[in-house]
Amino acid sequence: MPYQLIGVAVFLPLLGFIINGLLGSRIKSERLIGLIGSGTVGISFAIACAIFFAMLGAPVEQRSHTVEYVRWISTGTLNVSFAYQLDQLSVLMMLIVTGVGFLIHVYSIGYMHGDPGFWRFFAYLNLFIFAMLNLVMADNFLLLFLGWEGVGLCSYLLIGFWYDRKFEKGTTGDAAKKAFIVNRIGDFGFLIGMFLIFEMFGTLNFNDVFAQASTLSVGNTTIMWMTLALFLGATGKSAQIPLFVWLPDAMAGPTPVSALIHAATMVTAGVYMVARCSVLFALAPVTMTVIAGIGVATALLAASIGLVQNDIKKVLAYSTVSQLGYMFLGLGVGAFAAGLFHVMTHAFFKALLFLGSGSVIHAMHEEQDIQNMGGLKKYMPITYWTFFVGMLAIAGIFPLSGFFSKDEILWKTFSSGQVLLWGMGLVGAALTAFYMARLTTLTFDGTERFDHHHLHPHESPATMTVPLVVLAVLSVIGGFVGVPHSLGGSNAIEQWLEPVFARAHSKLLHAPHGEGAVEYVLMVLSVGVGITGIWLARRWYLSKPEIPKMLATRFGPLYNLLRDKYKVDELYDAVIVTPIHKTSEAFLWKIFDVKIVDGVVNGVPKLIALFSSLARKVQTGIAQSYVFVFVLGVVVILGILIMK
Amino acid sequence: MNQPIILSTILFLPLLGALVVALVREDAEKLVKTLGIVFSTAAFVASVWLFLAFDGANPNMQFVEQYVWIPSLQVSYYLGVDGMSLLLVALTTFLTPIALLASWESITTRLKGFVVSMLILEVGTLGVFLALDLFLFYVFWEAMLIPMYFIIGIWGGQERIYAAVKFFLYTMFGSLLMLVAILWLGSYASAQPGGSFTTNLLELYKIAPSIPWDGQRWMFLAFTLSFCIKVPLFPLHTWLPDAHVQAPTAGSVILAGVLLKMGTYGLVRFSLPLFPYATFEFMPYLAALGVVGIIYGALVSIVQPDLKKLVAYSSVSHLGFVVLGIFALNVEGMQGSIIQMINHGISTGALFLLVGMMYDRRHTRMIKDFGGLAKVMPVYASFFMIIMLSSVGLPGLNGFVGEFLILLGAFKSQLLDSHWFAIFGATGVILAAVYLLWSYQRVFFGKLENPANASLKDMTVREWFVLVPVVLFVIWIGFYPSTFLSKSEASTKQLIQQIHEARIGTQMRAAHQPLPDEASR
Repeated sequence: MPYQLIGVAVFLPLLGFIINGLLGSRIKSERLIGLIGSGTVGISFAIACAIFFAMLGAPVEQRSHTVEYVRWISTGTLNVSFAYQLDQLSVLMMLIVTGVGFLIHVYSIGYMHGDPGFWRFFAYLNLFIFAMLNLVMADNFLLLFLGWEGVGLCSYLLIGFWYDRKFEKGTTGDAAKKAFIVNRIGDFGFLIGMFLIFEMFGTLNFNDVFAQASTLSVGNTTIMWMTLALFLGATGKSAQIPLFVWLPDAMAGPTPVSALIHAATMVTAGVYMVARCSVLFALAPVTMTVIAGIGVATALLAASIGLVQNDIKKVLAYSTVSQLGYMFLGLGVGAFAAGLFHVMTHAFFKALLFLGSGSVIHAMHEEQDIQNMGGLKKYMPITYWTFFVGMLAIAGIFPLSGFFSKDEILWKTFSSGQVLLWGMGLVGAALTAFYMARLTTLTFDGTERFDHHHLHPHESPATMTVPLVVLAVLSVIGGFVGVPHSLGGSNAIEQWLEPVFARAHSKLLHAPHGEGAVEYVLMVLSVGVGITGIWLARRWYLSKPEIPKMLATRFGPLYNLLRDKYKVDELYDAVIVTPIHKTSEAFLWKIFDVKIVDGVVNGVPKLIALFSSLARKVQTGIAQSYVFVFVLGVVVILGILIMK
Repeated sequence: MNQPIILSTILFLPLLGALVVALVREDAEKLVKTLGIVFSTAAFVASVWLFLAFDGANPNMQFVEQYVWIPSLQVSYYLGVDGMSLLLVALTTFLTPIALLASWESITTRLKGFVVSMLILEVGTLGVFLALDLFLFYVFWEAMLIPMYFIIGIWGGQERIYAAVKFFLYTMFGSLLMLVAILWLGSYASAQPGGSFTTNLLELYKIAPSIPWDGQRWMFLAFTLSFCIKVPLFPLHTWLPDAHVQAPTAGSVILAGVLLKMGTYGLVRFSLPLFPYATFEFMPYLAALGVVGIIYGALVSIVQPDLKKLVAYSSVSHLGFVVLGIFALNVEGMQGSIIQMINHGISTGALFLLVGMMYDRRHTRMIKDFGGLAKVMPVYASFFMIIMLSSVGLPGLNGFVGEFLILLGAFKSQLLDSHWFAIFGATGVILAAVYLLWSYQRVFFGKLENPANASLKDMTVREWFVLVPVVLFVIWIGFYPSTFLSKSEASTKQLIQQIHEARIGTQMRAAHQPLPDEASR
């Protein structure tokens, strides 16, 4: 049975981490380190495929399995194990994590070549895969949380990987710390959610919790707080308002990390978690509304920032935040399968775009400012064409993968009656097409704005270009698993996931519905705005560069606001970070502890000193006197007691 | 109980060691150090045997030894372990040889006295955890103060005298109250029909819960105040940063690792089961102080410029968790507290070891003097990272297990009857990440700009031996805490049940003979 191999698939990357982590500095051969790192993930991917096909061959009702290993924490009424759940949802995530993960490992062999921390990099990447697999395969909330915090740790380690480099105003260490702490705020919410679950259901196992939940009726207040707390966790990990601020800074890490962790896998953990708990969320309409609202607001906010950024990775980072917003929009309107579909296609095209940007940065010797690029397509054709494909996919151009998944979300939003949210989503789609086309154009087309004497851009080695090509192919065809009925497809992915979401769907108040004609109109509209966005960007930045300049001047304040990312970081600093710091230092420590409490305490010895001179010297002073007093006291008291 | 002598063996091995060391010539430094480590390791081996032989399914005292000491007062030399004390005994014997090994090079003056003090300190703390007679307990409790006082006062830092005296006064204040309370308890027993003066803890478990309200309240406060100073519970914590910072590394390790646990252990062993009614009355206040301690300790940690002081304040925060878990009064919270006591001993002990290693090299602990150390000391940085993460409470490492169980217990506690204890307590999880990650970043990341750090040596072989055992336990408890939780489970369950039954008993009595305002509880 391939199902039993799940433990191997999960723990092999951990083995890779241990080998490379402990012995990596001794292993001189990069090839061996790279082989261990990518080999372990490759085998996990093979096992994931075997499990997938075994599941595919099984009847629908026999596709869900739980494989239990050792007990983890068991005391009182709490009992959780290292147990893994295999079902349609977790195997899909497992395929994405190990599949995309494997490609990025291979790519990293080329990208990290010559770095003194080569072994460390692969150790961390392997640890990440281990944690991520625990996150998506866990059969209980606590083990999910182990993975959840584990991926956060790896993210921290990898953002700060080049720990002695500068990054923007600070260092990579600042960015790493920020990521971890902001995530911890989300984790705080997740913890509270878990406590509420345990209090209400008496267990943390998914199957038991969801089975009990499915007997409840919609509108339970406890469930509302529970799901809101869990969603706070999701906003941390998946970079949504108000906790999205860490993700753009996470670009301080090496580019493969941005692709793997901060685009394709880890940041979708929040989406996965909400989907996994779909029945709980479906019971809380208020939470669902909040999710949809936050999702679309984040999508718009991040897309608008992306319009004016000039760092190639920063644009992609905001684009990730924005795309994650779409996924939450899907979840929030009850289209869980559509949200997951977008997780998958986004993993393909965003990993592709990031790896493409890495290829560019590699060729440009760490240059990331697109204003200093241009005309690169003739030097690096494979990178250019694959990047271009990724751009079309994210812009939602028919029939690339992004079209199907994004359109599914927008259509489900519209048909569940949320016309306003749909409209905002459509605007976001237009912005997406524009900023991505702007990025592609400024990087690869037009005049060459770099210094030819020092820079000689070149195509990257095969370990890097082959993953690009594979991901580009997936970005093109990946959407065909979700061709909607209206286009003659069978929406295979929705059908595949249906058993997982069946309980949730029965609870939804506004199930998406609608007729075909409208759906076609919406499709045409969304492809229309996509094409318009691309066309406009190419026209402005290729032949009429004066237009964007003119706009930037005319709408100066707005432009500056976007360029400064709405000053959210500054706001958080002023409202939260600085006050906490100042109060702790100036009041709690230096006044309360030192003046008030110690003032009282120090008063006592002074008082004693009036009566005696005990506290003068260590060797001859208080201790011996004290021993004497202590013994004397005991003797006297005992004497009294014995005498009486 | 076919080996009734085992507890005395563990208890007296270090004492024997102290005697042997005292006989060695002062200048035979290597021998002195080796003997100290050999005897404390022997005690550890004996406690491993004890751990394996201990029956986790049996909630009662095991390996009991009892010899009459003062017949007229029925005071006896009375030892025993249950699941809770077992773990603390193991922790004590584990940390002492490590602390001694860590001070191999850093203690240069009056070495013999130092090793003797450390061994006697170990005897005192083990006695506290093993004693089943209140009088015996008190003797150990006080006896342990003296070597600790010397360790801080003689081998400490610049302001060691102030710190030692402060430590002393704080603790003495509490102890005297406790002594009075012990004597009062003994006399109360003798005033019972057919009773006689006793300090036998197991006897008092049966008698004390029936003490009338007022007496019980004062008794509870006398014991608890003494324990809370030792914990230390906010706002009685200000001796701790001074004592920690001034103490030599080994002193800080034992102080944080073991001595603080005497306070929380005292709450569990004495305050709760002896005075269940008062426990119920005061639990929300004590739990609230625990929560305040969690947040307060963390906030003050954030702004500390001295690494050692930062770790010291973080202890206030971590021990706040332990107090919160204890006063959740359910199995999850209590088990969490017990494992958290062990975890704090391991993780904070290790943090002090790490800071000490750095101090040995650079003779400074100021964060601003460092930066970029990951480059010159990668192995040290990795060890520091693992320990830091354990202290942050990362799942998969030890700290998480305790904190999670405590917060879970506090959250679902029907007696605390409010989610806010756990919600506010959980903010400590965020703040811990802030102070630890930020200080780690300032010490290890960034460019190495201070030339004094450029040629620092990475870990020595001896330092590997100091830290590897600690890290093994960090991972072991993180991934498989059942080894330890299962030993204390039965005792914890019995304790909780004992308290709750006493509460129901008092409620029933209250219903029969209505007393002012408490009857409604």
